[in-house]
Amino acid sequence: MDMKATKKKLGIKERYAHMTRGLGWEPTYQSADAVFPYDKYEGIKIHDWDKWVDPFRLTMDAYWKYQGEKDRKLYAVIEAFAQNNGHLNITDARYLSAIKLFWQGVSPLENYVVQGFARAGRHFRGEASRVACQMQAVDELRHYQTQAHSISNYNKYYNGFHSQRHMWDRVWYLSVPKSFGEDALTSGPFEFLIAISFSFEYVLTNLLFVPFMSGAAYNGDMSTVTFGFSAQSDESRHMTLGIEAIKFLLEQDPANVPIVQGWIDKWFWRGSKVLALVGMMMDYMLPKRVMSWKEAWEIYAEENGGALFRDLARYGIRPPKGWADACEAKDHLSHQVWLLFYEYGGAAAFHTWSLTDEELDWLSAKYPDSFDKYYRPRLEFLRDKHARGERVYQGTLPTLCTTCQIPLCFTEPGDPTKISHRETVHKDEKYVFCSDHCQEIFGNEPEKFVQSWLPVNQIYQGNCFNPDVDPTAPDFDPLKAVLEYFKYNLGRDNGDFEGSEDQRNFAMWRGQASKN
Amino acid sequence: MSKVFIIVQANEEARPIVEALLQDNPHAVAQESPAMVRVEAEGKMTLNRATVEDLTGQPFNIQQLHVNLISISGHIDEDDDYLTVAWAN
Amino acid sequence: MSVEIKAVEIKPLRNTFTNVAELIGGDKPASRYQEATLGVQATTNMHYRPTWEPEFELFDPRRSAIQMREWYDLKDPRQLYYASWTIQRAKEQETQEANFDFVESRYLHLSLPDDVKKLSLDVLLPLRHAAWGANMNNNELCSRAFSEVLISPAIMQAMDNLGIAQYLTRLGLLLDEPEVLDAAKAQWMSGEAWQPLRHMIEDSFVVRDFMEIFLVQNFVFDGLLYPLIYDRFVDDTLTSRGGSAVAMLTSFMPMWFGQSSKWVDGVLKVAVAESEQNKALISQWTTTWRDRAVTALTPIAAMAFGNSQETMMNEVIEQFNARAKKLGIAA
Repeated sequence: MDMKATKKKLGIKERYAHMTRGLGWEPTYQSADAVFPYDKYEGIKIHDWDKWVDPFRLTMDAYWKYQGEKDRKLYAVIEAFAQNNGHLNITDARYLSAIKLFWQGVSPLENYVVQGFARAGRHFRGEASRVACQMQAVDELRHYQTQAHSISNYNKYYNGFHSQRHMWDRVWYLSVPKSFGEDALTSGPFEFLIAISFSFEYVLTNLLFVPFMSGAAYNGDMSTVTFGFSAQSDESRHMTLGIEAIKFLLEQDPANVPIVQGWIDKWFWRGSKVLALVGMMMDYMLPKRVMSWKEAWEIYAEENGGALFRDLARYGIRPPKGWADACEAKDHLSHQVWLLFYEYGGAAAFHTWSLTDEELDWLSAKYPDSFDKYYRPRLEFLRDKHARGERVYQGTLPTLCTTCQIPLCFTEPGDPTKISHRETVHKDEKYVFCSDHCQEIFGNEPEKFVQSWLPVNQIYQGNCFNPDVDPTAPDFDPLKAVLEYFKYNLGRDNGDFEGSEDQRNFAMWRGQASKN
Repeated sequence: MSKVFIIVQANEEARPIVEALLQDNPHAVAQESPAMVRVEAEGKMTLNRATVEDLTGQPFNIQQLHVNLISISGHIDEDDDYLTVAWAN
Repeated sequence: MSVEIKAVEIKPLRNTFTNVAELIGGDKPASRYQEATLGVQATTNMHYRPTWEPEFELFDPRRSAIQMREWYDLKDPRQLYYASWTIQRAKEQETQEANFDFVESRYLHLSLPDDVKKLSLDVLLPLRHAAWGANMNNNELCSRAFSEVLISPAIMQAMDNLGIAQYLTRLGLLLDEPEVLDAAKAQWMSGEAWQPLRHMIEDSFVVRDFMEIFLVQNFVFDGLLYPLIYDRFVDDTLTSRGGSAVAMLTSFMPMWFGQSSKWVDGVLKVAVAESEQNKALISQWTTTWRDRAVTALTPIAAMAFGNSQETMMNEVIEQFNARAKKLGIAA
């Protein structure tokens, strides 16, 4: 047989163009605007979708190969962890508060954006952008599900993990990430992309996964470190989608620049508020600490984000409006949030506790400009009260910021002694905010943010009781009724770590496992 | 000049990637943290397929990096034989 | 610090998550599929209306006219979750890759009779666009569906559709030069035989009811196209004419169709059994879109089968109708 020489292999770039761009077509039986109805109303102008570049050029064959490899490894660890009581290898059961908060407040966001990226992956007109969004959609599904499977084992033995979905829909502090996710999902597809791919994934997600997961490794939690790093390997692709998306939008039309700048301002600030929870996890909840929130902020936000915004300056983009205030807050954020949760520890579905001297010293060393002056005295005071049997629990309901939904607990820029508080009157109603930036976000979209489901306001309106409850009964206890609506197991999920069921069980099981 | 970085898991498969990065980018520095290694460099850094293959004696596909990659920063240019991360400033 | 952990018997406090327990009849050990999908989607206290569709809530079952007392009844009999899906696909991809290598290394693609090669390219390559259309519809399904039991398999199905479009692209690149892809696209855009199919697919892009999208794409379109093209055209017609290399290069597709049909049947059967109203609607959708699809596929069958097109089409329609009947659909 006469054999022709094997054909020249196509390079990865040409091959990828055939595998994506080549697949789509301009519809003629339906108008393009009917097939893609959502990509114009935000005012973004795209002239040439083919200018979109996906630098990783992953096709499905390679995707399945590498993702299959990752998941075979990951599930081997999950199985071994469950079979060998791996949970008893963590440093201390206090550590679990961090994982509870992650499961309650971060994992549902992973699941939320599956539908958001599927929508973008269907409704952008350019094929390459769609493929990148679809891969992120299915990756995010992976993240939620691998987290569910990793945390399934903790849920069997410890409290606070059991009713994630119910809590997500109801609990006061979880409305912070919930409203963040729903704000992004209800936005148009371009804003969604800037919110999640750029502002969250590119600028902020390293702060969540890298130091926190390294911390999980340091605290003996092989299960979390494995799903965390495994998720993060997808995240590198997602971050690249974020930076490619922003370059693309800015290069397509100068009229896009102010729109994109507005979204960067909004979403950087929204994201930095959600990450306040991570700051508390890193500084307070890891029994063995890898780095402080402040150090992580300096490396991953200031240094890396700084490089990014210097790079984007050529398009006329400046750093987000809240940048300076967020950087100043690195000395305060984690402490203010921990104090909030400590004092509202009766209403949180994870435990808080009094810090040891050693831990306080670590914080003093890491926060020389703020900790001893503003926070250590308060923490020591609370610890003394606790030691005297007078553990402080706030019983009153806090005021929530209408935008980020965090209780007013942050201080004024330049004055860490004064709680920051802003007000706007819109159509005769008064709205309260934690900062200039949250107030401005409301001012730009009042019709959206007047819809905020603010848990405290809802409690006052009687919307946070189970249907069988009678608020007019003489023995009605409103706080208890609200916590039951949250689906808490009272006295097991909430309150101080000292004396908790988690503390007792962990000590007993570890005792059984490590002694004869 | 701004720094770029590549962070990988601290494991056997990623070891030659770290070595190749350090070998081909003399200005790059590796920092180890629990379970991960961060390689950072001023301005620009390249991972070459040939270098990894020389180190391991095995064929290497640049996309294999994804299996153990934790994070990456800078603009990315990937082809069959290399992956470069760089800032333009 | 790591302590030596003995194997000890520790009694768990609970077996699974509340959202799962509520749907499996109480707190008992749950499978990975169940923990990954049951009761996962948020249901209440949503903050803002979608700016892109303010008439609905963000998560809203009213995006379909189908009604379910419990949407989580629409389970996937394959019980796929991401890891089981991706690991299974990785294995199948390995086989498919080996087939590509086998064909290429033994020059089987060069030994195809010229007329068989031309026929293969004429029929199969424009279908990469149909697979891309399927990808669009399943993304739409994922983004609009209510309940995680639909959302999760929908995005996996969408990625499978993309994988199929890419396998067909690779087939074109292996059998011939890249220009054949352009020629196939030109056929797709203006070749007479392809216009009814493209017209039908573009009309499916404006369907907004997520259960209708599910049915149109995954039951009707795939249910007629895959048996016609991969069972009858590739595995029978081409193979009998010396084109078994093409069957090797597309072996993923009929295997995949068998798997995805299990999902489709599982969902439709339950939705139909739920109420007379659902049954009527599903039957009506099936009739309308089936008749449309038959018309759209007829010119392609003519190209593929010549004189035996009518027999082939009738076999496929009968097979489809029997499947519909088994699901309780009156079409």
